[in-house]
Amino acid sequence: MNGPTPVHLLTGFLGSGKTTLLRRMLADPAMAGAAVLVNEFGEIGLDHELLDRIDETVVLLKSGCLCCTVRGELADALLALHSRRARGEVPFFDRVAVETTGMADPYPALSTIRSHPVLRNHYRNVGVVTTVDAVNAPGLLDTRLEALRQIGAADLLALTKTDLAPPARVSDLIARLASVNPSARVMTASEVGAMDFLTEAGSLPPPPESARLNHHAGTFRADTPVTSFALEIEQPIDWTGFGLWLTMLLDRHGENVFRVKGILNLIGEDRPVAVHGVQRLVHSPVHLERWPDERRTSRIVFIVHGLDHALIEASFRAFDVMARRIAARGVSA
Amino acid sequence: MCSLCGVLGCDDHWTSAVARPGVYTHNSDRIARRREAARRLAVANALLATRRLRLSEWQGRSYVLASPTGSTRIFEALSHLWSEAGALAGRPFDPLDPSFIASIEAIR
Repeated sequence: MNGPTPVHLLTGFLGSGKTTLLRRMLADPAMAGAAVLVNEFGEIGLDHELLDRIDETVVLLKSGCLCCTVRGELADALLALHSRRARGEVPFFDRVAVETTGMADPYPALSTIRSHPVLRNHYRNVGVVTTVDAVNAPGLLDTRLEALRQIGAADLLALTKTDLAPPARVSDLIARLASVNPSARVMTASEVGAMDFLTEAGSLPPPPESARLNHHAGTFRADTPVTSFALEIEQPIDWTGFGLWLTMLLDRHGENVFRVKGILNLIGEDRPVAVHGVQRLVHSPVHLERWPDERRTSRIVFIVHGLDHALIEASFRAFDVMARRIAARGVSA
Repeated sequence: MCSLCGVLGCDDHWTSAVARPGVYTHNSDRIARRREAARRLAVANALLATRRLRLSEWQGRSYVLASPTGSTRIFEALSHLWSEAGALAGRPFDPLDPSFIASIEAIR
């Protein structure tokens, strides 16, 4: 096959319906070529037994939680699948779905795939789907940072158990999710089809309508607020300055930047460039074919934990002005 | 191994991603790569000069960071730049520190 194999990460808090969703996705012909890695925290793995599909391309990562103890096991499992596919020892697979444990922070798994010296040549992260339990999520959002990290990392939020919660509670939850992660699509899990599950994050024109207002923030009752906001920048920005700025921001504050996602209007480029990252991990920038609407402005959505929006904006603008000033002066190679 | 230059190790920072269909990068050809590397050095050095540090490239594959007293640090990936620079300067580079923002605004 050509190019790195896409990896889809499925996450969500304990009991939020990850396995149920994955099981339904795997029944779809579009997922017929998917290998599956299931990470379960506990002595006896059960989730993979529930998938109704047991062959060599279903692998259970069972020695602990994906975000701490089994990162090596994830890497080993993906490498083993790659080698065995090359040798024809397992059925051919064209993508991989990884189901994490309910307690896992998605970032280490994404980072392993992005940064492992061998894996990064054979696999690429293409999207994070997070299941959100409409009954229990409102309480979790107040108390569990893991749940917020999972929601912040998502490209698609799949609402589960919506039939068990009052409609008003579901609509409150949707509004709250939109303020935590305005760049993610929100769907009820029953509406999520395989094509939604498989949509590549970079192929979507981010961010959506709800994120266009500057400083559209959501504030939470946790001790330190998790908030989201969008920067909108009218004039074209300098790619070099942006790269050094975001690198410095994530180096210093990466654990508190749950998500950054945006489209950039770069100096010298007709087409927009999409950038998205989770904590310290930034995916390869994507050159989009066209602008999502008539406005050619850069729009960057941040989901941050306890960081000052005004300082982020002031810092971004200072870097951009400085980089453009240096570019205007001219640089000799 | 770096597929571009054939040496072990390479900078796989997201700003210099491997050229693939759909990926935005200045890594597509040698001239664009060198031009972007020179620009990056110039902008990084403007920032580093606020703490009297100086960055240079070695053979196009490593970075050498030097302090005014002659201490140096060598690293391969741009992702290490700010943590190395913070360690060499004795305090971290924090883009959200108002005094640092003011010093960037003062760069001419």
